[in-house]
Amino acid sequence: MPPITPTPPPPKPAEVEAPRGVASIGKSVVIKGQIFSREDLYLDGEIEGTVEVPEHRLTIGPHGKLQAGIKAREVVVLGAVQGNVEAGERIDIRKESRLVGDIKTGRIIIEDGAYFKGSIDIVKAEPLKPVAGARPAAPEGPAGAPAETKL
Amino acid sequence: MPVFAQDSHSAAGREQAFSRHSSGLEHFFTYIHGERGLTLLDLSGASQSNVSFITGLGHRLYSEDLLTSLDQLFGAGDFYGNQCAPEGVERFLAQSLNLPEGSCDGALIWDLLEYLAPPLLKAVVDRLYRLVKPRAYLLAVFHGDERAERVPSYFYRICDAHTLLLAPRGLRIPAQLFNNRAIEKLFQGFETVKFFLTRDHLREVVVKR
Repeated sequence: MPPITPTPPPPKPAEVEAPRGVASIGKSVVIKGQIFSREDLYLDGEIEGTVEVPEHRLTIGPHGKLQAGIKAREVVVLGAVQGNVEAGERIDIRKESRLVGDIKTGRIIIEDGAYFKGSIDIVKAEPLKPVAGARPAAPEGPAGAPAETKL
Repeated sequence: MPVFAQDSHSAAGREQAFSRHSSGLEHFFTYIHGERGLTLLDLSGASQSNVSFITGLGHRLYSEDLLTSLDQLFGAGDFYGNQCAPEGVERFLAQSLNLPEGSCDGALIWDLLEYLAPPLLKAVVDRLYRLVKPRAYLLAVFHGDERAERVPSYFYRICDAHTLLLAPRGLRIPAQLFNNRAIEKLFQGFETVKFFLTRDHLREVVVKR
């Protein structure tokens, strides 16, 4: 009698993984409160509160459900967000994602199939003006040693 | 709300997106030409083209896909029957078009009004009247064949100030179809109603608050 070969399990659907080198919160995590990050952040859980990622990118993963105000340099939405978003540089709303709230950003990309309800304000960042009367940086000493600073 | 497949054999039932000149759109943007920082309402749902065009003119955009909201709220069972119930109207207005009065400088309504049962239609038009500022303009689109049982619905994408790209979103049974007199009666509380004749099956109307 030939051996019975067990039926292999069906393959799991492909999941979007957090990129390496990025702080991440997985899909089974629930947080109520404030999140502050000084590095790129990937959120795939349930968040209620506020999320601040100044000067870095915030990605809301496909399982991410946020009821939160968001501030970041760049925001990528693959999941669901209810709350206002300030993305200084840009916001990217991918298809099948959902965002309800007001957006202030320098640039917006919205894919067909994304659901959005709210207002959009494009705010261009002003170029940094040089400070009047500022001295140029001091040159380095020999072999890359920093120049001495006379007090 | 059942959405039927497009009938590609009829002139109105194209399955592919198509662009068309829009005199109504041209007039709408002519009326606000030279202004910046206005708040414009777009009820077709957010699209890259509309966002880019309107914000590129220096305006603020408020976007809402009311047709999807209607399907989500009333789609189970009798779509138009559900809209007639007073609690249905209240629920819809509680979650849609809930902006401060007088906060919009213009509104792009597109063909939405054809898919509202009379009680909800009246409530939505009243709400739009209060949302837009005095002397603001609204652009609406109506199907020209008043005998059609099913009409194609579209995503309306702005290509430029006088060109639209219409992307099909299925055939739908309208709540009612309007002749010119019915449209004038619908907007009787507004200052003016201007019709734009087109060569295809759509009628464009620019209304002044």
